[in-house]
Amino acid sequence: MSLDAAPGIIAVTLVTVATVAIGTWGLRFSRTTSDFFVASRTVHPRLNASAIGGEYLSAASFLGIAGLVLTFGAEMLWYPIGWTAGYLVLLVLVAAPLRRSGAYTLPDFAEARLGSRAIRLLCSLLVVAIGWLYLMPQFQGAGITLHAVAGAPTWTGPLIVGAVVLVNVMSGGMRSITFVQAFQYWLKLTALLLPAAVLLIVWAGEGRPRPDVDAAWSLPLADGGGIGLYTTYSLILATFLGTMGLPHVVVRFYTNPDGRAARQTTLTVLALLGVFYLIPPVYGALGRVHTAELASADALVLELPRLMLPGPLGDVLTGLVVAGAFAAFLSTSSGLTIALAGVLSQDLVAKLPQHRLSGVAAFRLASVVAVAIPCIAAVAVPHVSIARAVGLAFAVAASTFCPLLLLGIWWRRLTDVGAAAGLMIGFVGSGGAVVWTLSGGSEPPLLDALLAQPAAWSVPLAFAAMVLGSLCTPRRVPAHTSRLLVRLHTPESVPLDRG
Amino acid sequence: MSESPPGRVRITGPPRRPTQVSRRTDIDHDTPLGEMYVGSLLRAQLGLAARVLLVMLVGLGSLPLVFHLFPGLAGIRMLGIPVPWWLLGVAAYPFLYLLGRHYVRRAEQHESSFAELVSSRDPGGRPAHDPPEEP
Repeated sequence: MSLDAAPGIIAVTLVTVATVAIGTWGLRFSRTTSDFFVASRTVHPRLNASAIGGEYLSAASFLGIAGLVLTFGAEMLWYPIGWTAGYLVLLVLVAAPLRRSGAYTLPDFAEARLGSRAIRLLCSLLVVAIGWLYLMPQFQGAGITLHAVAGAPTWTGPLIVGAVVLVNVMSGGMRSITFVQAFQYWLKLTALLLPAAVLLIVWAGEGRPRPDVDAAWSLPLADGGGIGLYTTYSLILATFLGTMGLPHVVVRFYTNPDGRAARQTTLTVLALLGVFYLIPPVYGALGRVHTAELASADALVLELPRLMLPGPLGDVLTGLVVAGAFAAFLSTSSGLTIALAGVLSQDLVAKLPQHRLSGVAAFRLASVVAVAIPCIAAVAVPHVSIARAVGLAFAVAASTFCPLLLLGIWWRRLTDVGAAAGLMIGFVGSGGAVVWTLSGGSEPPLLDALLAQPAAWSVPLAFAAMVLGSLCTPRRVPAHTSRLLVRLHTPESVPLDRG
Repeated sequence: MSESPPGRVRITGPPRRPTQVSRRTDIDHDTPLGEMYVGSLLRAQLGLAARVLLVMLVGLGSLPLVFHLFPGLAGIRMLGIPVPWWLLGVAAYPFLYLLGRHYVRRAEQHESSFAELVSSRDPGGRPAHDPPEEP
């Protein structure tokens, strides 16, 4: 082990120990199955918002954006904008009704709304697919980080992060995770902000050299004229609409005490995300000034402090960003694992005929499955830029759960047949495009753009299928629809029959 | 005494004033009036959401098109930094937060006026009636 590796290894160790310690502390409060899944619904909006921020700001935000900005320029600023605007869309269309629906997970919501076990199963499979697609790049990012800071082989990252997540999730579930994630938001913010401030001072001391760029780098559009315009708008659509369909985002809404609190929480999240996302572009721009040879653009945030500031201060800052990056892997992976394990244990593991498992035992077994598969995929699948891979998960979520949630909450005439048609068409369209892109993609440029950013056609297609399918089966509108809409939209303070 | 006194008889008349019924009953029994109350809340909230999203789409969604049509704008600098970076890297976030804050205030207003509407007694003093049977 070289001396260079010391700050990184110390940082990783400290974050891991702190995470496990807070998780274990939280365990003292976790006793029932409800604690495991949704922290018994008693989390205060401010704590909850920090936890959502901590959970949501993944490796894609911490490492990915800066790297993409370095390589592609202002066009990549649409990723953080979309990931923030997604919360505004969630706030105005989904937050309070989703909380009031009183369900634990997306499949719960679908079943409550449509009264269909088949739709429930379909949703469970989709949650697992989207969750794995989102987890894989997190684990790959962990591999890149350990490789960049300590020269470790890339398979060690997925293994370490996977193990820590499992220990945490299995010991405390959602309640301990809430504390862990609230802590990790502030850790990530500090770990990105402080080095950025120091590096900006260094840059000012150097006489503020301008980055070496052409005009296209500052243009917030993808290259290629009309195709570039399509790519940019499709990305905007996927990120704006995809947030609401991510399993780990949705599951946090059930931890709010009521619909009003769900709105307050979401608003606070908007503020927390906005503050955080001011910082990554600074790294991208400074990276342009100090043009460096990087093994991977995703490692820019990790390498930049030492490039600009050789010496002990650079080492300390490196330790800090590594700590932040590790916190990012741990918090997002933990949140996703909880959401996936919740769905897997309720719908699959607990129904194994020969073993009637208790709720908690089924949850623990499901966690192992939820982590193991994407861990293996992270090692096996070739590396795609973290932010792009996560962007694909957003596209799938926008093409499946977004129509289901929006129509389920606001449209009386949705039926199970329509929902099934929309979910399947949206998933086949966007999922097929993801497989194509992850396997390398290729010419011609128009087809490649359509498949690399599928949302602009797959989301409208899913909506159309859901609406048409419902209109063709008007007799299948569930009898309890009126009662359920009353429950979703009326404030809890009014004593009404909510079914 | 061999004869027991006659049992007490309570003499009552029809209520002087009709019992007033809360509008919540209308909602609980899905009367057309109840559906109207819920429907108007739904439309108010959806309209608010649509307005907020429209402002967001015009404010942010128009940017790619603007820069596609006028790529020269990307060369304009403020304090040494090109305009797109100010718009997308900085201004977008307070814009989104303020939109969200506006939405939360208005949505809560809608809900509290709905709560007031359905909890207040009917001013006309409709006569009491048995709620219709559930189908």
